[in-house]
Amino acid sequence: MNNNPVDKKIIEKIMGNKKYKELVGKRSRFAWILSAIMLVIYYSFILVVAFAPKTLGTKIFAGSVISIGIPVGVLIIVLSFVLTGIYVSRANSEFDALTHQIKEETK
Amino acid sequence: MKTIFLSFLITGMSLWHRLAWGADAVAQPPESKLNITAIAMFFAFVAVTLGITYWAAARTKTTKDFYAAGGGITGFQNGLAIAGDYMSAASFLGISAMVFAKGYDGLIYSIGFLVGWPVILFLMAEQLRNLGRYTFADIVSFRLSRIPIRTLSALGTLFTVILYLIAQMVGAGQLIRTLFGLPYEYAVIIVGTLMILYVAFGGMLATTWVQIIKAVLLLSGATFIAIGALSHVNFDLEAFFQSALEGVKASGLADHKKVVADGKDIFAPGGLVNDPISAISLGMALMFGTAGLPHILMRFFTVANAKEARKSVFYATGFIGYFYILTFIIGFGAVVLVAPNPQYVDIVKGTLMGGNNMAAIHMAHATGGDLFLGFISAVAFATILAVVSGLTLAGASAVSHDIYANAICGGHVDERIEMRISKFAALSIGIIAIYLGIQFEKQNVAFMVGLAFAIAASANFPILILSIYWKNLTTRGAFIGGFLGLISTVTMVILSKTVWVDVLGNQDPLFPYKDPAIFSMTLAFVGCWVFSKLDNSTQAASERALFEAQNVRCETGIGAEGSSKH
Repeated sequence: MNNNPVDKKIIEKIMGNKKYKELVGKRSRFAWILSAIMLVIYYSFILVVAFAPKTLGTKIFAGSVISIGIPVGVLIIVLSFVLTGIYVSRANSEFDALTHQIKEETK
Repeated sequence: MKTIFLSFLITGMSLWHRLAWGADAVAQPPESKLNITAIAMFFAFVAVTLGITYWAAARTKTTKDFYAAGGGITGFQNGLAIAGDYMSAASFLGISAMVFAKGYDGLIYSIGFLVGWPVILFLMAEQLRNLGRYTFADIVSFRLSRIPIRTLSALGTLFTVILYLIAQMVGAGQLIRTLFGLPYEYAVIIVGTLMILYVAFGGMLATTWVQIIKAVLLLSGATFIAIGALSHVNFDLEAFFQSALEGVKASGLADHKKVVADGKDIFAPGGLVNDPISAISLGMALMFGTAGLPHILMRFFTVANAKEARKSVFYATGFIGYFYILTFIIGFGAVVLVAPNPQYVDIVKGTLMGGNNMAAIHMAHATGGDLFLGFISAVAFATILAVVSGLTLAGASAVSHDIYANAICGGHVDERIEMRISKFAALSIGIIAIYLGIQFEKQNVAFMVGLAFAIAASANFPILILSIYWKNLTTRGAFIGGFLGLISTVTMVILSKTVWVDVLGNQDPLFPYKDPAIFSMTLAFVGCWVFSKLDNSTQAASERALFEAQNVRCETGIGAEGSSKH
C-alpha cells in the first residue's frame, strides 16, 4: 500500500488525547458552518436567478443604469475570498497550534 | 482496462466520422494574415518554457518528482498554478464573450465557477494533502480495495481528461488559426508536441512553472485591458455602464440586435437558465465539478503540508475571483470600444471578426494597439499550452500510478519502470489528443467541457468526499455508486438537447434538461449509501474499522507524505 502504516499504539494514544477530540470537533464544526454559509449564499443567488430574475435588474438608485445584480455578484465573489481568509487565519493559528501540541504529546 | 478505453474511443470516432459526413459543411473562416509580433512573443514564451523543462528534467528523478514536483511547491506558487489551471483560454475568451453578447449571464457563470473553491478549502484541501500522495485515487483507496477503486477512479480521470482535452485542442486550433494565421492542423500539432515535451521530460515541476508564468502573464494582460476600458470613461462606473447600454442599442451585431428586440435587460439575468431545476443542476455541476477535476486535485500533492495546501486555495480563490471581475469589465468594455468599430466587425455575419469569442482579443487591440494584441495572442496560446499540459499529466498519472503501479502491480513496483510508463502514457495521450483534435475540427465540442464537469461532479467527487467523511463507505458501495454516477451522466448528456438534437440532429431531446448533475449526483450518492449499507461482508467490516486510523492521519497529518529533500 502507498500509505505508511501508522503504529496502532500511536493511533490509540492520539484518539485518547483530549486535544485531538477538541481539534476534530472545533475544526469540523467551523468547516461545515463556513461551507453552509457559502452554499446558502450561492443557492439563494441561484434561486433568485431562477424564480425572480427581475429583482436583480432593480436599479441601485433612481436615475442610475447600474442594477443591484452587479454589486450583488461582485459581493459574492469578494465574500468567497473573505470566507477562505477567515478559515485560513483560524486554521493557521488555533488549529495548527493544537495539532502541534498533539504531535508533541504523542512523541 | 486500456483496451476498453481504446475501443470506446474508436467507436466514438467512427460515430463522429459518420456524423461529419451528414453534417452541413461548416463555413471555413479565411486564414488571417500572419501576425509577426504575436509569433515573436510566442516564440519567446516557448523558449523560456523549454528552458524550464530542461531545468526541471534534471530535477525529475523519482516518481514523487514526476507526479508532485517533489512536494516542494509553496502555497503561493501553488495558488497561482491552480488559478492558472482554472483560467483557461476558454474561460478568458468565453466568459468575456458571454458578457459581451448577453451581459449579466456571464457573471452568473463566473460565480458558479468560483464558489466551489471555498468549499474545497473547508472540506477537502488539507484532507487531500494529508491522505494522498499523487492522485485522488490514493485517498479513496486508503481504506478501500485497490483494484476496483483504482480502476473506477482512473476511468473517471481519463473520461474527464480526454473530453476536456478535445475541447481545448479544438478551441486551440481555431483560436490559433485566427490569431496567428497558422493552418488548423499545424496549430493542433504544435500544441500537442509542446505539451508532450513539457510533461514527459519536465513532469509536474515544469508543468507547474509553465502554469505559474502563464497565470502571471494572463492576469497582467487582463488587468491592463480592464484598466484601458475603464480609463476610457475616466473610471466613472455609472458612465461605463451607461455607455455599455447605449453600445448595445446602437450595435449592428446579431446578438445585440436580438437582446434589444427581445427587450432584455443586459444588467439582469437573461435566458441562461429558464427553470429552477436547470439552474440548480448547473450550479451543482460547476461547484462540485471543480472538486472532482483530476488535474486540479493533483495540485494539492505538490505542496509540503496541509498548511501550504490551505494557503494555496486562499490565494487561488483571490486570483480567480479577481480574474472574473476583470472578464466582466472586459466584456462590457468590448461593447463600448469594439462593437461600434467597423474594423472589428464582420458585417456579413453580424458577429465580431473571427467570431464573438474574439471580444477580449479585439479589446486588447482597442486598448493597447498592435504590440499589445500580439502580447495577448501569445498569452492566449500559452494559456492553452499550460492547461493541456496539466490535463495530460493527470491522465498519464491515472495510467501509470493508478492502473499500472497499483491496480496491476499491487503497489510493489520499480520506480524507474513506473516513470517510463507514465512518460509513455503522456506521449500516448498527447498523440490521441492531437488525432482527436484534428478529427473533431468541425464538430460542436462546446458540450464536452460541461460533460467533463458533470462526470467530475457525479463520479469522482461523491466517492472522494464520502471516503474522507463517511465511515461506512465500503468498496462495493463506492464502486457501484461511482459507476452509476458515471454512466447516468454520460447517458443523460447524450439524450439531452446538447448532443441528441444539436450534435446528432434529432428532433426532440429525450432528456429535458441540459445539465444532468442534480440527478446523476443524487444517483451516485444514493448508490454509494445503499450498497455500502447493504454490504455485510468481512471486507466491509475491516474497511470500516480502518476509518479511525484514516481520520487520525487526515486530521493531524501524522504519517502523511512529506516533501522530498533536494
